[in-house]
Amino acid sequence: MPSFVPYLVHTLFPPGVLLPDILLIDFGLICAGIGVIVLLTKTRRWGWLWYDWLTTVDHKKIAILYLIASLVMLMRGGIDALMLRAQLALPTTHFMPASQYDEVFTTHGTIMVFFMGMPFIFALFNAVVPLMIGARDVAFPRLNAMSYWLFAFGAILFNISFVIGGSPNAGWTAYPPYTGLAFNPGPGENYYFLALIIAGMGTTMTGINFLVTTLKMRAPGMSLMKMPMFVWSTMVTSALILFAFPPLTVALAMSLFDRLFGSHFFTLARGGMPMMYVNLFWLFGHPEVYILIIPLFGVFSEVVATFSKKVLFGYPVMVASIVAIMFLAYGTWVHHFFTMGAGPAVNAFFGLSTMLIAIPTGVKIFNWIFTMWGGRIQTTTAMLYQMAFIPVFMVGGATGILLAVVPADYQLHNSYFLVAHFHNVLIGGTLFGLLSGLYYWWPKMFGMKLNETQGKWAFWLFLIGFWVTFLPQYLLGLKGMTRRIYTYPLGFGWHDLNVISTFGAFIMGAAFVVLVYNIVWSLLYGERDLTGDPWDGRTLEWSLPSPVPEYNFPRIPVVHDRDAWWAMKQKGQSLADLRPEDVHDVEMPKNSPIPFLLGASFFVLGFGMTFAWWPIAIIGFVGIILCLLFSGFDYDDHHHLKADVIRQTEATLGRLQG
Amino acid sequence: MFAQRLMESYRKLVLAALAAGAGLLSAGFSFGPKYVLLHPAGPVAKSELHVFILALELMAIVAVIVLALFFYAIVRFRDTAGNTAPYTPNWHSHTLLEVSVWILPAILLLFIAIPTVKTTFSLAHLPKGKDPVVIDVTSLTWKWLFEYPKQHIATVNYAVIPANRPVLFELTADSPMNTFWVPQLGGMEYTMPNRVLPLWLEADKAGTYWGHSGQFSGVGFEKMFFNVKAVSQKSFQTWTTTTASAHPMTLAAYDRLLKQTTVGDSTYGNYPADTFPTLASGFSLTGSGMYMVMHDKKGISYIPMVGS
Repeated sequence: MPSFVPYLVHTLFPPGVLLPDILLIDFGLICAGIGVIVLLTKTRRWGWLWYDWLTTVDHKKIAILYLIASLVMLMRGGIDALMLRAQLALPTTHFMPASQYDEVFTTHGTIMVFFMGMPFIFALFNAVVPLMIGARDVAFPRLNAMSYWLFAFGAILFNISFVIGGSPNAGWTAYPPYTGLAFNPGPGENYYFLALIIAGMGTTMTGINFLVTTLKMRAPGMSLMKMPMFVWSTMVTSALILFAFPPLTVALAMSLFDRLFGSHFFTLARGGMPMMYVNLFWLFGHPEVYILIIPLFGVFSEVVATFSKKVLFGYPVMVASIVAIMFLAYGTWVHHFFTMGAGPAVNAFFGLSTMLIAIPTGVKIFNWIFTMWGGRIQTTTAMLYQMAFIPVFMVGGATGILLAVVPADYQLHNSYFLVAHFHNVLIGGTLFGLLSGLYYWWPKMFGMKLNETQGKWAFWLFLIGFWVTFLPQYLLGLKGMTRRIYTYPLGFGWHDLNVISTFGAFIMGAAFVVLVYNIVWSLLYGERDLTGDPWDGRTLEWSLPSPVPEYNFPRIPVVHDRDAWWAMKQKGQSLADLRPEDVHDVEMPKNSPIPFLLGASFFVLGFGMTFAWWPIAIIGFVGIILCLLFSGFDYDDHHHLKADVIRQTEATLGRLQG
Repeated sequence: MFAQRLMESYRKLVLAALAAGAGLLSAGFSFGPKYVLLHPAGPVAKSELHVFILALELMAIVAVIVLALFFYAIVRFRDTAGNTAPYTPNWHSHTLLEVSVWILPAILLLFIAIPTVKTTFSLAHLPKGKDPVVIDVTSLTWKWLFEYPKQHIATVNYAVIPANRPVLFELTADSPMNTFWVPQLGGMEYTMPNRVLPLWLEADKAGTYWGHSGQFSGVGFEKMFFNVKAVSQKSFQTWTTTTASAHPMTLAAYDRLLKQTTVGDSTYGNYPADTFPTLASGFSLTGSGMYMVMHDKKGISYIPMVGS
């Protein structure tokens, strides 16, 4: 027993997690945790937390949960980024130890892709897709909650690594054999593999859910070609998720087997083939970058039409282009490793397929410009992000073409040119799109607008910070600086551009602070949205009050036109003059603790496996089986919302006749 | 009248942007020597830079067109009181426009695609009629081992090559993956355990060219810099002869190199036989099929695999 305690302490708290800055964060987290517990107890909010949020299956609340999680993760990933930039600002500095730097670039990338970008996108899906198609919820509400809790507990498992046991340190791509036990003995990589497998299962379920929702739950009259573009992008993204995540799960599981059970799929010893991991990873990874951008193409299509006061230009072409991107996205993965000796024929093929995918993407850019053409452009914050996106994304796309030029890629692969390129598309496309969507749909989600003046401050800081950070990085690539390098000697002439880049990163950090201030200020003092249609919108979600009541639509609308709500307004119709006899009982899904408990069980399983403590893993596994069995035989999963209750709600909202 | 004046200034703006773009591009060639990618020192790096610049110029044309349309639109169609621009809220389709946004970029991309494919294939072959020097490269944690199979000499963290003669680097790893990269001589290639990948480079003139790894491989990764010294054919021969009399690398010395350390440069007169894969598969530089490398007493031979 006495030897057990030092073993436990040494395993859970190796020197890597006892650095002063991490201890300081530990202290802060403990204080915050105690503060939250005290606050919840004092205000008697535990029941509210459990019944209203942790067990909810309402897509609108799940959207808010996703949003909170992704904003917290944006902060963590952003702090990681600032730490990296601080370390790189000057040559031969040791702002932090090399081992910590490796952990920080790994968590920065992983968090931004899997725990910030994806949940933020799912927040938008959940917040508006059912409203846009005239549905009362997603196709499988409880599955939706399970998706969230698998994501959330996956994220928690990933994030506790820097406090307990040590963070993963092999980059967000986790190429073997460096992830093997021979080079990487700590629990960090186990955390990475298990957290991503768990969160990935949640993502796959989200894909299934929204594919079925968009295919089967649309209001009468809404044919596929009458769906709003955001719904199209949701459907295409869901299809991408469905086929992209299995290869990732397989690659992660095989790597995990190498570490936990002594297999040799990708190891250095006994003829492992690391390149096979690379193939599997990018077979997922390339569709993944489209999973991260297509939803935002949808957001921009909604925003540009609304704030140009004009119908979207070339709708059928826009649909054709995202469908084309969906198919082409599976045919370009090798361009992530032209430099792995696949031969000229293979490289040329994938170079050309990559150039091909630029065509539908370019078509979309032109169509957004033509949508503004002949309109009346209102420069709201949401629209500013849209307008900034076009030139930024065009530069990102153009440098993407340069990287698709195989011989040029031989030189640019893994250089800072590449780093600048993917930040160019991920910030200029994904992040700007997410923020555009956030400002656009915030009134619908929360019932008040985000303050526009503060929003514009955050916008300009983000935009300027972005260019100041990443333009120098393109040039650093031409100077031969490669990614993930901890520090560099003075002689290469990399320092001047690195200083500028770091300065830009801190401008973006300031932008994030303004964004948070904007959110908090607006929650307290923001202009309430009493009309439900603050932007003079075009799609069905704006026909509802803000925030939307639990049942969404008291009466499911019938759709005749593409911009359904706009057309109704043109015809002088409204959904706010409901006749009492049109309201009937509504069947709604019932809250359930199962999704939360299932996620928690997966967390226990994941934690046990991370340290190969099998009894703990078995407890988690049994928990999972029990949750699934209980859920499978739980027929009491819905309830009837009485027509009287709905009438009363609608009457208070002033939307009932008489 | 206003529209006309706007068009006038807009045209001037486009011309100015074009001029600025061209200026920036030509400035690229005057970027200092620290911009190693813009200062190639061999035929491989030169042809890679050539297609890069070509693609960059074509992309600049696209950028100018898109930016011109974009800035015109956001200025002209702003929602301000008294804006006289035409307001067409239901304009959603224009067949010619919709077709040309597919066709024109496709045509433009052809101009990039054709040289891309040509260069990709030409780089996959050693230049004919030139006898290459073969160097077996092994990436270790965190150092580079260069073995000269014909000359039976080995170096650590630097290599000496003859100028104006192609060098065939055969790449493998006894470590996590890295990439072998000498920016001024040409693009990179992965070093992978249990695989041998070929990469040929050539230096036009004598000089020292730095190289390093582009693939993260652990805490000492940033120390994986090395130098490639290109010298005249005559000096190369002198160097190999004098080096041959240096101390040989023992197996014990190789095992020390395998440790997770960083080391300085060193030179060995010989090296143990089994440190480089004696039989490995890769892709041929001289043909399109798979080949196997065979090391034996007679030297190295390339055996094409059956069926390719």
